[in-house]
Amino acid sequence: MFSIFRTLWQVAAHMFQRPITVQYPDEKPYLAPRYRGRIILSRDPDGEERCVACYLCAVACPVDCISLQATQDEYGRRYPEFFRINFSRCIYCGYCEDACPTYAIQLTPDMEMSEYRRENMVYEKEHLLISGEGKYHGYNFYRVAGLSIRGKDKGEAINEDPPVDIHSLLP
Amino acid sequence: MATIYIDNKPYEVNPDDNLLQACLSLGFNIPYFCWHPAMGSVGACRQCAVKQFKDENDTKGKIIMACMTPAADGTRISIDDPEAKTFRASVIEWLMLNHPHDCPVCDEGGECHLQDMTVMTGHAYRRTRFRKRTYRNQDLGPFINHEMNRCIQCYRCVRYYRDYAGGRDLNVFSVHDHVYFGRAHDGTLENEFSGNLVEVCPTGVFTDKTLARHYTRKWDLQDAPSICIHCGVGCNTSPRARYGMLRRIVNRFHFDINGYFLCDRGRFGYEFVNSERRIGSIRPSVPQRQVIEDIASVIKNGRKVIGIGSPRASLEANFALRMLVGADRFFSGVRAEESLPVAKVAELLRRSPCPIASVHDIEVSDAVLVLGEDLINTAPRLALAVRQSVRRKSMETAARMNIPAWHDYAVRTLAQDERSPLVIATPYETALDEIASESYRGAPEDLARLGYAIACAIDPQAPRVEGLGREEAELAERIAGILKGANRPAVIFGTGCRNAALIEAGANVALALARTHPDPERVRLALTVPECNSAGLALMEAKDLDAAFEAARSGADAIIVLENDLYRRSAVQQVDEFLRAARTVVLDSLENETTAKAETILPAGTFAESEGTLVNSEGRAQRYFKVMPPRQGVLESWRWLREIAIAAGRLNEDSWRSLDAVIAAIEAELPQFQEISKAAPAASFRIAGQKIPRQLHRYSGRTAMMADITVHEPAPPRDPDSALAFSMEGYQGPPPAGLASFFWAPGWNSYQAVNKYQSEIGGPLRGGPAGSRLGEGKRTDDISYSSRIPEPFRSRDGKVFVVPAFRIFGSEELSMHAPGIAARAEKPFLEVNPSDAEKLGISAEQEVALTFGAVSRSLAIRMNPSLPPGVAALPAGLPESAGIPVPAWARITGR
Ligand code: SF4
Ligand code: SF4
Ligand code: SF4
Ligand code: SF4
Ligand code: FES
Repeated sequence: MFSIFRTLWQVAAHMFQRPITVQYPDEKPYLAPRYRGRIILSRDPDGEERCVACYLCAVACPVDCISLQATQDEYGRRYPEFFRINFSRCIYCGYCEDACPTYAIQLTPDMEMSEYRRENMVYEKEHLLISGEGKYHGYNFYRVAGLSIRGKDKGEAINEDPPVDIHSLLP
Repeated sequence: MATIYIDNKPYEVNPDDNLLQACLSLGFNIPYFCWHPAMGSVGACRQCAVKQFKDENDTKGKIIMACMTPAADGTRISIDDPEAKTFRASVIEWLMLNHPHDCPVCDEGGECHLQDMTVMTGHAYRRTRFRKRTYRNQDLGPFINHEMNRCIQCYRCVRYYRDYAGGRDLNVFSVHDHVYFGRAHDGTLENEFSGNLVEVCPTGVFTDKTLARHYTRKWDLQDAPSICIHCGVGCNTSPRARYGMLRRIVNRFHFDINGYFLCDRGRFGYEFVNSERRIGSIRPSVPQRQVIEDIASVIKNGRKVIGIGSPRASLEANFALRMLVGADRFFSGVRAEESLPVAKVAELLRRSPCPIASVHDIEVSDAVLVLGEDLINTAPRLALAVRQSVRRKSMETAARMNIPAWHDYAVRTLAQDERSPLVIATPYETALDEIASESYRGAPEDLARLGYAIACAIDPQAPRVEGLGREEAELAERIAGILKGANRPAVIFGTGCRNAALIEAGANVALALARTHPDPERVRLALTVPECNSAGLALMEAKDLDAAFEAARSGADAIIVLENDLYRRSAVQQVDEFLRAARTVVLDSLENETTAKAETILPAGTFAESEGTLVNSEGRAQRYFKVMPPRQGVLESWRWLREIAIAAGRLNEDSWRSLDAVIAAIEAELPQFQEISKAAPAASFRIAGQKIPRQLHRYSGRTAMMADITVHEPAPPRDPDSALAFSMEGYQGPPPAGLASFFWAPGWNSYQAVNKYQSEIGGPLRGGPAGSRLGEGKRTDDISYSSRIPEPFRSRDGKVFVVPAFRIFGSEELSMHAPGIAARAEKPFLEVNPSDAEKLGISAEQEVALTFGAVSRSLAIRMNPSLPPGVAALPAGLPESAGIPVPAWARITGR
């Protein structure tokens, strides 16, 4: 008996509360930057591709939906020749972002990914690469690494001494 | 056996090992850098520290280097001691002070010993705030990339390159913390074994430059056990592929053959598989069914079909052709001047006066006679073994002084230039002469005579050589003395001079030694053959190419050529005439002059896309497997021939469905191949009901690699021919040796993981032998001396006797389609003795015309004072010399 009245009371009380339904898609909810949605590839502060084609995201991915091929320019800078994510397989776990040593691959708060054809869920580099730095600002892998690239010779990286003169016998 | 105590537990170990080896053999993980199982210890890196205690009451102990301490009976050590652990972590920290932040862009990453060892010691965070030292790199040629910043100064590279492989142009320069490992100047690394630096260097200083062009990490490469197809030694390799393209070759440890090292031809020759000259479809383009019916109808009706086999095709492919055309119309596809000596070698493989040497046997021989072989160019890996054989003496001296053999620096310092005897008797100077105790130069006949004379000097029962010069007689006595006095003497000879008498002479030496040596089982003979399956083809006893030419002249309806460019074998006119005689069908993987003349070309899979059995120069049958499935339209040669045979009614539909069925047919028909099914586990082999995966469990990209073509993820191709699967699923433990291709163990991602697959460190792989010795390489008792002693060589007026000069980079057909190898190939010269040149009135670099009967070639001259007068050397197998039937007399005319 008591439980019936309690239920009636609760129903009546709800009628005077504010509805929490959001009128999506007319009304967009706030998603924090750390939300794990559509993946992008970012650029470094110099505007170059951040991805160095190290394959770490690909191997970290639990569903194996990233595939790429490394190549290098004439100065020895590594970058991906192609970079493909099959979003129809992606579980948005963010492991790839965790694995990435260059902050190149980032998950974004865009979760509106639905297509009529699965083929359209396959993103190539041209679809993934954005023109900015994304969530992480300032990091530039090639300025820290020892590899020389165009415009950065040996010994010019952060925290590096100029190249050793191997002909010198001075102590 | 000795008992040592590790963290208070007793273990049985080999007292000849050092503690590091012993602990690794027991399965313990101790980090190390400078020690290498094939090169011993020098104690340079200080990474392998453990704590040693005087006795069970000693609680303090002292830190020692495991690699520099013998595993003596009663030794008590602790690996887990906190002080030892901290010490090891600090060593890594020091080594990493200057290490660049390169892993993501370093080709060693994922198979890096430094990464593994860093993780093993637990050093995880960089504390130093000082600046990093940097270096400039060098251009080291087409094979090796140089990135000096990554060096940890372990000295393995120079110890390998200089001490082990005998190279001179890599060294350590500069002083204190500036030491630099490289060449004096930029330039190609000259040593023929430079590629091993990639695996020897524990860091990313030396990496594979051919891989860098299509870089893929170790975990993403699909691989399968394979056999090097670039010479007759039969080194074991692990070719690796990604996206249907062959990406690199890695050494696959085989205790008896290649051990830890490959030659550069074997390591970098693979790129021919990706060549633009690959044949990808039937030419002219007709549907597969139609072309098969078409060829089959000729076989059915015409009956007269000539089959040309090939020494670079598998036993199965050759056998399939033999079955299709009939044994009497199956020809070996090599000319008499090559097939006769190869047949002699094959005879020895069946009946030999002493056990046939493996490459490893040569490494432990203490006196070696090389008769007529320029080993570095005809059997490269064997030459590296000979280099190790001359160190036996220093090992003995060291043993007398109680210095263990692994104490590398001490042994070398003690030995200085002391070497075991090595005798090189060849037509011209070879790279090994620099370590030889005796060298002799002569024409092939004279080398054979020397061989006969040595045999007679060892055992007076052997036939005497009449009319021998005093010098030669004395030399023969000296060499005989050397060989007789040796504990493990070995004789190496083979087909390098293409001289059958030389092989008989070598066999005589081996027989004389076997008859006189106190322990005949210790005498060895090692053989060389020209190509990867020359021995197997010779054991099939097919008639040679000359006989095929003859057969065609008496009429033929069709000629089927299996993986063989006849224009490399014989003169243009002859081959032209032969191929014109009938309709020609060629099965091959690369375009060549023969395919250009063919009416029908059937695209055949290369070694990476097919499986088969090869017999190497020691008579070991070894199986190679598909690394990747062939492209649409390409089939393994034996499958093409099977299809044709079925259409022609020679086979019924159900036969030869898998490779094992073909192998069974070979064994049933040819008793000499009884053992080949044992070369590797059969296709039905399973562990715990599972196949062996070709992909590492970390293989990535499965659901994306093909997504641009289809999102439906087609099932992986099936493999009915082997116990391997094109998948990352399957049995995850170490497979048996014949099926083991990649080496990986938890915490061991680099090649050094092979430690975990060996029965003991440096010993054979676990899980039985890989490959099967036909006749088990045993000796036969009832062999008698040959007495076909040739006449001494006499020079002829106005003519030179041209002998073949093989080249590691250039003489082999397929590897020359790899850009790196082609870049290393030198321009061909005709080498002559300066006195001959003077007589003929020609000078160095001059172009001359070289005339053999009707064939003529124009070539530049190079002086080689080591050649005997009247003998000239012509590079073999290069386009400029293809089809010239050397050895032969030729006329030289200046231009
Ligand atoms: S978010 Fe997870 S599933 Fe998606 S690509 Fe990254 S690692 Fe793979
Ligand atoms: S982990 Fe980062 S740098 Fe490496 S391949 Fe992936 S996106 Fe590129
Ligand atoms: S280059 Fe490699 S092998 Fe040589 S010393 Fe440096 S780390 Fe060791
Ligand atoms: S020695 Fe011969 S079999 Fe061995 S790697 Fe070199 S070419 Fe290949
Ligand atoms: S491995 Fe023992 S000191 Fe280097």
